[in-house]
Amino acid sequence: MSLNYILKRLAVMIPVFLMVVTLVFFMIRFAPGGPFDSEKAVSPEIMRNLLAKYHMDAPLWKQYLRYLNDLAHFDLGPSFKYANRTVNELIGESFPVSIELGMLSLAWALVIGILAGALAALRPNTLWDYIPMSFSILGICLPTFVIGPGLALAFGLWYDWLPVAGWSSWQHKVLPSLTLGLAYSAFISRLTRGGLIEILNQDFIRTARAKGLSETTVMVKHAFRGGLLPVVSYLGPALAGIITGALVTETIFNIPGLGRFFIQSAVNRDYTVVMGTSLLYFGLIFVSNFFVDILYAWLDPRVRYD
Amino acid sequence: MTKILIDESSNETLEKGVSLWKDAYRRLLNNKMAMAGASLLLLELLVAMLTPWIAPYPFELQNLENALAEPSMLHFFGTDNLGRDVFTRVLYGGRISMMVGLLASLVSVGVGVLYGAAAGFFGGRTDNLMMRVVDIMYAIPFLFLVIILMVFFGRNFILLFIALGLTQWLTMARIVRGQVMTLKQKEFIQAARVMGVAPVKILMRHLIPNSLGPVIVYLTLTIPTVILEEAFLSFLGLGVQPPMASWGTLIAEGVEVMEIAWWNLIAPAIFLSLTLFSLNFLGDGLRDALDPKGAKD
Repeated sequence: MSLNYILKRLAVMIPVFLMVVTLVFFMIRFAPGGPFDSEKAVSPEIMRNLLAKYHMDAPLWKQYLRYLNDLAHFDLGPSFKYANRTVNELIGESFPVSIELGMLSLAWALVIGILAGALAALRPNTLWDYIPMSFSILGICLPTFVIGPGLALAFGLWYDWLPVAGWSSWQHKVLPSLTLGLAYSAFISRLTRGGLIEILNQDFIRTARAKGLSETTVMVKHAFRGGLLPVVSYLGPALAGIITGALVTETIFNIPGLGRFFIQSAVNRDYTVVMGTSLLYFGLIFVSNFFVDILYAWLDPRVRYD
Repeated sequence: MTKILIDESSNETLEKGVSLWKDAYRRLLNNKMAMAGASLLLLELLVAMLTPWIAPYPFELQNLENALAEPSMLHFFGTDNLGRDVFTRVLYGGRISMMVGLLASLVSVGVGVLYGAAAGFFGGRTDNLMMRVVDIMYAIPFLFLVIILMVFFGRNFILLFIALGLTQWLTMARIVRGQVMTLKQKEFIQAARVMGVAPVKILMRHLIPNSLGPVIVYLTLTIPTVILEEAFLSFLGLGVQPPMASWGTLIAEGVEVMEIAWWNLIAPAIFLSLTLFSLNFLGDGLRDALDPKGAKD
């Protein structure tokens, strides 16, 4: 049954992904202004050679099929702007940085969010509840591009504790990952609080306490599994948000990651790079949603998809 | 009591004379955070309309000799790197941000309401197909599509708010569909049918107007989302273009000079944050007021 569910999800995911690929491909091809439009006028012969080199002189449908074929082999083609570089190489350089940033941010989000939420749920309607929850409202309403510069200003410039640009030592990684993680920790703390409070009021928790289990066992083994379900289902949107938020964070803190690279290529109209990068982003978001759904089904025995 | 009120939402008044709207209004008045948000928003709206008269300086006035000046009585929030008055720019930026937020949200309401109402009204296979499409579209990260659109089709204002509006209609469609599905079973709709009112007229005159409550609530929550997305794009240099500026552009400019003139960053950031806070609180308040079942007590 579970395998059936996985297959069904895949059956929906793949056509949607193809649809998005098609949409992006044609959107970019129909856009005004080609990748070789620059200030310098290029003679017609050179232009023709350039177009031929990148197969842009073929009919559109041929270009499209060619692209799909390359994509099936994970080949994203050559870059238009950086001569003799392939999109795969360029992504390969910046992507690891972004993955590291994303993972660190997710770690912050989960650690801060679950701790704050659990604290609030254990002592509801006391200061232990009010203080973290007020901060979480702040975190939900304030966008990354306000939190990020704010943190940089406070800890980087006024107190001079941490560097505010670059990506080499661990000190460089604190502020960007915190910036990106805080917004999600805010939401996660609310979900944790709500989920745990609901679970802690249920009969099986009373039974567990009544049979003399220690409070730690009750929390960790019984309450968390059910209480954290809302957090698990939020992981998909959170990952998607972290991926998008990285665009801003990498710009603010000058990090040589995929996000900054994507924005630069977009401004440069480097067609193949923009396509390749956005497809990678789409793929990441689709795949993370897929795994989150499976994780959810595994954690919650009540959920049975058919 | 509350249950009765909801079931009778189609009627103008109950026998006791307390209409749903009056009751909701009373509940809203009692919600301090929501009222604070509403007053702040009214004030901002007023300021936005009167900006050309209130702003102490012309929007484009540069004074390079007085660049990056500290806040003073002459310039409340100091000046930027071209010597422009930051207070003036924040006021004008607010106009743009709020306008994009409103227009884009209206686009999303228009599309969402029509789509959702059609799906709910026709029901059956049409509904199934239409909602399947919505489910699938939830998986698509639209902000990336908007970025690609803005990059390749020029960064013009109309395209910006239409594209932003089109990223936000899915939830609206679901809400309206649910409303229409429930309302469809009500006696007054059946009466209209029996009397031979044309289906389109039933939809436009009876079903859509009666599902407006949740639409308004969701609209108040869509506006901050859209303002945020616009600021996000403008921050990256892909949204509103100079000489126009929105709060997002101003924050981006502020980041560039924050080491020497932090007030350039703080001023638009505070305005944007306060607006987002107010809209969120008002939206939550409206939701609690109109849907007392889901309200926390």
